Amino acid sequence: MLYKKKSPLLIFLLPGIILMFLFLYKPFVENIINSFYDMTSVIKMPGQEWKFLGLDNYKKLFSDPKIRIAIANSLKMMVLAVVFQVGIAFLLAVLVSLIKTGQQIFRTVYFFPIVISATAIGLLFKLFYNYNGGMLNQIRLAMGKEPINWLSPSLAFIMVSIPTIWSYVGFYFVIILTGLNAIPEEIYEAAAIDGCSRWKQVLYITIPLIRGVMCTCVTLAVTGALKVFDLPWVIVPKGAPQGVTHFLGTYMYEQTFSISNIDYGSTIAFVIVILGVIVSKIVSTLMKPDKNL
Amino acid sequence: MAAISKNKRKLKISNGIIYLVLSLWAITTIFPFVWIINNSFKPSREVINHSFSLPSQFTMQNYINAFDKLNILAAYKNSFLISGSVTIGVMVLASMMAFAMTRYQFRGKEILNSLIMASLMFPVYSTIIPVFKMMSKASLLNHPISVILPQMAGNLSFAVVVMIGYLRGIPLEMEEAAYMEGANVRKVFIKIIVPLTKPALATVAIFCFLWSYNDLFTQLIMIRRRTQYPICALLNEISSKYGTDYGLMAASIAIIIIPVILVYILLQKNIIKGLTAGAIKG
Repeated sequence: MLYKKKSPLLIFLLPGIILMFLFLYKPFVENIINSFYDMTSVIKMPGQEWKFLGLDNYKKLFSDPKIRIAIANSLKMMVLAVVFQVGIAFLLAVLVSLIKTGQQIFRTVYFFPIVISATAIGLLFKLFYNYNGGMLNQIRLAMGKEPINWLSPSLAFIMVSIPTIWSYVGFYFVIILTGLNAIPEEIYEAAAIDGCSRWKQVLYITIPLIRGVMCTCVTLAVTGALKVFDLPWVIVPKGAPQGVTHFLGTYMYEQTFSISNIDYGSTIAFVIVILGVIVSKIVSTLMKPDKNL
Repeated sequence: MAAISKNKRKLKISNGIIYLVLSLWAITTIFPFVWIINNSFKPSREVINHSFSLPSQFTMQNYINAFDKLNILAAYKNSFLISGSVTIGVMVLASMMAFAMTRYQFRGKEILNSLIMASLMFPVYSTIIPVFKMMSKASLLNHPISVILPQMAGNLSFAVVVMIGYLRGIPLEMEEAAYMEGANVRKVFIKIIVPLTKPALATVAIFCFLWSYNDLFTQLIMIRRRTQYPICALLNEISSKYGTDYGLMAASIAIIIIPVILVYILLQKNIIKGLTAGAIKG
């Protein structure tokens, strides 16, 4: 009865829809269209025409060695995120669920890096990695070894992925722990009575029952890995050294806002969207979150 | 957890290992921040040589330098203006949209719903160039609004999903009773829906604020004038400008993270509860 009259609907829905239309849907479509044109500047000057390029920008993707590095790095980051972020988070969550005292403290401590901005974490790790008097080289000196350039081409990718992975473990940890706590204890009790050991319980009860939660985590981890920007940008600006640490996000930023190759930047942005859709499809097909739920 | 009461002695040993592993990870999350705060009280020369020891002479000079050289207070003001507006705007719009979408039947509801779900997948990269163009056309670059509006739109779909999940679980009886007493929709929304959805609103608020406050990408693109820099953009500049003054760097990082740490310690229960409410339902 209360909700029969439809006139208030407009007031409730319209502001949000307008905002999303103007700042999400319209730019999203415009961005795709832009990727087919030769944009000489961000704003079209009066009387100036942008040349239609067709698929040229997309062909360029195949011949640009730097985008290959960026895509490879982003894919590598996805794998690392699933294996280490979700993996470590799962391990920690199972361990925390086994203990009785201190759950709350570990939750608080593990979640902590997430509230710190990635920019601050990036600067912090930069101080760790510095050649002259960085923390890691101080340790090496104290052990009587030569200092190393931690951000050399061969090491840079690893050194950037460590803080990226580390800082978000707590996020997945909390999600998985909540999923674990939702499993009724009777199941474990029944299994224990039947002589099922602790580790077998994890393997045969916990893992199958939190499949849905794990699928959420893996999806979030791979799409999150696709979007990394802040940490690489602060630790190794512009893909330094020699562009080997470019990710799709940083490369898109550099192409668009440093090199002013705007239409190519739009193309890369669209590639990020397509990759995101593909990997989340793959994750949901592989993990089948709704099976046996 | 309680189910593992099989063998008490065995349990004690393995419990020790469990606590050891858990504590090791806890050290990795705490140590970097302790390290940075400790070093912020030392002169740069000492940071380079003895970063692990306590300060040999305790100095506030780095902090004085930081406030002198950098516009930290102004950056705070800009950041709070931006993130505060984003948070409030998203809370208002998301609760209104979620209310309409759970309480009303209308044509196009399914389409709207799938549009919202689809926009969850839009990374900021895919919209930023046209938005940048729009902002520079309207000569709004460098103005806080150029960060506020895109961030609001970007966080809105997440917030609507969380709010819809929560509102679905609230039975209609109270609203109907209020209607019988003569309340109109506006009153029902303000006096019943908003108070009832406080926990979900808290989730939305905390995450919107954090995401907006920590989002370097949009800040870098929209705000190019130094006096208008929010916190993250300022920090990014510090690293390229004063990267060799380790003491100053440590102090500026400490200045940026200490308020966040304090807020986190005060609110941590809500933050973590909020995350799980949002993640599991959404």
